[in-house]
Amino acid sequence: MKTPRALVPIAIGLLILGGWEWFVRSGRVDDVLVPAPTQIGEWFWSSLRDGTLASATWVTMRRLMLGFVIGAAIGIPIGALCARSSLARDTIGILSLGLQTLPSVCWVPVAIIAFGQNEAAVLFVVVMGTVWAVVIAVQESVLSVQPLYLRAAMTMGSRGWHLWTHVIFPAALPGIISGLKQGWAFAWRSLMAAEIFVVILSGFGLGSLLHAGRELLRMDQVVGVMLVVVGVGLLADLIFFSPIERWLRRSRGLER
Amino acid sequence: MPVSPESSSQLTLTNVTKRFNGRAGLVTAVEDINLQVKEGEFLVLVGPSGCGKSTLLGLLAGLEQVDEGSIKLDGADVVEPGRDRLVMFQQDALFPWLDALENILFGLRLKPGLTDAERTEAARYYLDLVGLADKEKAHPHELSGGMRQRVALARSLAPNPRVLLMDEPFSALDALTRDQLYGDIQKIFTQRKKTIVLVTHNIREAVCLGDRVVLLSPNPGRIRQVFNIDLPRPRRINDPALATLAADITNALSAHLAQPKEGLE
Repeated sequence: MKTPRALVPIAIGLLILGGWEWFVRSGRVDDVLVPAPTQIGEWFWSSLRDGTLASATWVTMRRLMLGFVIGAAIGIPIGALCARSSLARDTIGILSLGLQTLPSVCWVPVAIIAFGQNEAAVLFVVVMGTVWAVVIAVQESVLSVQPLYLRAAMTMGSRGWHLWTHVIFPAALPGIISGLKQGWAFAWRSLMAAEIFVVILSGFGLGSLLHAGRELLRMDQVVGVMLVVVGVGLLADLIFFSPIERWLRRSRGLER
Repeated sequence: MPVSPESSSQLTLTNVTKRFNGRAGLVTAVEDINLQVKEGEFLVLVGPSGCGKSTLLGLLAGLEQVDEGSIKLDGADVVEPGRDRLVMFQQDALFPWLDALENILFGLRLKPGLTDAERTEAARYYLDLVGLADKEKAHPHELSGGMRQRVALARSLAPNPRVLLMDEPFSALDALTRDQLYGDIQKIFTQRKKTIVLVTHNIREAVCLGDRVVLLSPNPGRIRQVFNIDLPRPRRINDPALATLAADITNALSAHLAQPKEGLE
């Protein structure tokens, strides 16, 4: 019988966790600095039961989704405009390229001064983290749509809005989705930076929880929150972006 | 649009000249082209690379604009792309995100005055005409090169254009598939009496398909000679009479060119 593919990684994972547990329990390191997996598990369980983890995750996810959707909603039309007009490309396009290289944590001071320690500031940082990557990706993928498709569509009478919705966007969709994925990753990073960097009075997210763990010298909490952050990122990729990308590639014959 | 009864020519090119801004300055792609295409005629533009035959087709499609002269279809100036002149491109240009039927429906949906049921019926009819009735749900990548060109043919025929323009649609296909398509095209042409303008560098292909073969020479693109092909249809590409005629045209072209260019068959 063939061993299931998941078996080996699970076994290796358990082995590492076991080794780690043994290493900490044997007293070779201070468990304040390096908590054992069971200690992290305990924190996980208790914060799950008193609801802090769920509420923090919810606060963070809500900010992330809202910021990402706003960022994408701004970025997609701007990217399309940049692809369409060379004037927009030479101005907004260049600006986006520059701002995309700016680490999004740099927006935090601006946001705090402009909005204060509140929801608007966090949202601003997340939107700034998302929008430039989306603008660049949409611009590039629209520009690289095969001219042949446009010529064919135009001979069949497609113009203007119809051309955009029926030819340009479908043709550019794989690139746009990768751009959104990248925008999502940037949004996620910038949100964490904002939540760790400043105390947001309007709600405690995962970043605040992480920050609190540092102040209390609770390494189990710090590592536990980090694992949740990793988990959220993985889940977004596994249940949202990857299936869409795979479906797109498969239906166009780019992947079997 | 009414066709004036006294002239049987449908597509008229008068003193057409087109220039491009190349790296070496202004390049004249085609110069002073005068040509009439009759209703229901199969006209072939043939010539070596650089003779401007594809430029000429782009002008007919309205994808490019003439610099001098005029192009008229049924008496009206050709100024932009339109569904009265549909194009079959060298690559099939099918949309990879749509299946075969949806690709054919693309042009039909843009044609006003039809119900959805009529559009679907027409799309199925043309898919059947090119022998792919069982492939309507197949995406382009699931079809062979020949099948894709067949779908492209169905797509350009479905909205019932006045003129079908073909830009070397067979050049990327293998010889067997090509021979098959020659047969299909002739069958459809004879059945539906569609006006067709084909561009090719393959003289045999030109003689096999055309009622008239217009020989172009390069630098700048000009009409050299026009040949009437009176062979009975359906024609076979391996027919000896056809081969002889093709050889005559090749010789005519070689005589016109100071140095014989490659790219001719």
